Amino acid sequence: MSVEPRKKRLNKKDAYKYMTRLGWDPTYQKEEDVFPYLEMEGLKIHDWEAWEDPFRMTMDSYWKLQAEKDKKLYSIIDAFAQNNAQKNISDARYVNALKLFLTGVTPLEYKVVQGFSHAARAFKGEGAAIACQMQAIDELRHFQTQVHTMSHYNKYFDGFHDYSTMHDRVWYLSVPKSFGDDASTAGPFEYLTAISFSFEFVLTSLLFVPFMSGAAYNGDMATVTFGFSAQSDESRHMTLGLSAIKFMLEQDAQNVPIVQKWMDKWLWRGYRMLGLVAMMMDYMLPNSPTSWAEAVELYIEQNCMALYKDLEKYGIKIPEKLVNTIVAEKGHLSHQVWNIFYNHTNAAAFHTWMPDEQKMNWLSEKYPDTFDKYYRPMFERYIALEKKGERFYSEVLPLVCQTCQIPLGFTDIEGGNPHVYTHNTSEYNGEIFHTCSDGCKEIFEAQPEKYVQAWLPPHQIFQGNCGGATIPEVLNWYKIELGVDNMDYVGSPDEAMWNKLKNK
Amino acid sequence: MAIQSIGEYPIIMKDSLDKFHGNQLVFIYWHGHRVVCSPRAFPLPPKMPFGALLSDIIPLTYKIEPDFEFLDFDKTEVIWEIDGKRVVPDFSKSLLENGVGHKSFITFITPTLTGKVGA
Repeated sequence: MSVEPRKKRLNKKDAYKYMTRLGWDPTYQKEEDVFPYLEMEGLKIHDWEAWEDPFRMTMDSYWKLQAEKDKKLYSIIDAFAQNNAQKNISDARYVNALKLFLTGVTPLEYKVVQGFSHAARAFKGEGAAIACQMQAIDELRHFQTQVHTMSHYNKYFDGFHDYSTMHDRVWYLSVPKSFGDDASTAGPFEYLTAISFSFEFVLTSLLFVPFMSGAAYNGDMATVTFGFSAQSDESRHMTLGLSAIKFMLEQDAQNVPIVQKWMDKWLWRGYRMLGLVAMMMDYMLPNSPTSWAEAVELYIEQNCMALYKDLEKYGIKIPEKLVNTIVAEKGHLSHQVWNIFYNHTNAAAFHTWMPDEQKMNWLSEKYPDTFDKYYRPMFERYIALEKKGERFYSEVLPLVCQTCQIPLGFTDIEGGNPHVYTHNTSEYNGEIFHTCSDGCKEIFEAQPEKYVQAWLPPHQIFQGNCGGATIPEVLNWYKIELGVDNMDYVGSPDEAMWNKLKNK
Repeated sequence: MAIQSIGEYPIIMKDSLDKFHGNQLVFIYWHGHRVVCSPRAFPLPPKMPFGALLSDIIPLTYKIEPDFEFLDFDKTEVIWEIDGKRVVPDFSKSLLENGVGHKSFITFITPTLTGKVGA
């Protein structure tokens, strides 16, 4: 019996090479037919091998790592359920932040599975393709773990039951939906700029840190855990974002103005969408770890600026106009968005409410220049009306922005008119289009062919595409149960459930 | 940055006039009033008299504003703007005859009622 000497294992570098470099140069098909998107966006790429993949992850190590993470997460989710830990949250109002997350953010995770899969196929370079493919699989995992974690709340509270239909249909969810659709219908390079760079690198901390620290402050350890489980992937995604941007900028000087336009566009689109996070932080969390204004100071004014500075050597400029507006609006944004949702809670899949005295005082403290002057009187009047049994719900529909799809409820802070809504118009193909801001107007005017197709919820209702002309008919089509999923928290079945759970 | 595409890119006017069953989109905004959280959108017949905005649409929309009880279109000074241009509407004539087209934006400004809430 002869013993064959065991073959020496490949070292890590070679293993990585053999397991990821699976491409080839086409011979009987033209390259532009195999990779039709490479030239479309006008970027010049001279050397695909220059794409750095700093993680050098291969599939075998990937599965091992992710399986470990899942094991930990699911044991905590089980423990959460067995211990009835929904009783340990600060207050059932908190659950509404999760409803917003599940209907607004979680379906976006799924959307980017498609987006990164498409980008992976579109790129010629294997380093880029592999990185995109890994991220697509990560996002699928995030989608699943979020759904599984939050499904526990579905046993006790309303509004969790049909998040994917809601994402496709409900008026305010067209804001994140259109964001995802806009990105995934762009070319693969713009897609990476939009999601990997602007969203994952520049803005992700403004989304995930508030949600996860908010969960921790309000006793929701299950959500904290899925946050941590995803966070380790996020660092890989952030690195992909930065390496993608540097790759595009380094390949050719002509790429710089193109990439700059995308960076500006997606900073603004991401910021507008994060208005939902602003109101979540300041109003939906019974215990708020930090205010929206503080988050803007840390993540935009400091971190984001430092990041742009790092890219200055390539010729990238800070989009000062946009940043000035973001900074100017920071004392108003969350209050204005909360008022939008207070107006329209009759058509929402979660509850709103007026803050109690303690929360009002917190808001006064965090917003010394704006809250008492512009918002407290308005909210105290709402409370007085509620006491008379006249809780205000809007019976009419808002004008929404053609680009970001948010109602035009933001006021002109920079122009010194904090009580006047900003409003821009453009004309295209003989029709008028309304936008909420200079940022959204510029995005519209750069590619009107794209945004004239926007599925604007109020207009779709008027066209007869949403189940009917009355609010109950539209709610039925939204899969929102009238008087259960919508309306004020006070008097809701959620409130009754909470009182029951707490033996009140 | 015009649109980029690997094929033909059709122009789809999602909100063209023909899709609104004889109505046109009209947007209304009471300048400076922030309780109503944004300008409002309505599908209205182009032949509807402009005066119906005053009698029906505006009350339905703005009755929640504290200023509303002081708004009297016979007495209060009102400045009208249609698509950014100052106009003096003829309330008996139709929206269309007053220059209100599809997706027009009507602003009414009341210099004595500025939208203050509370103090």
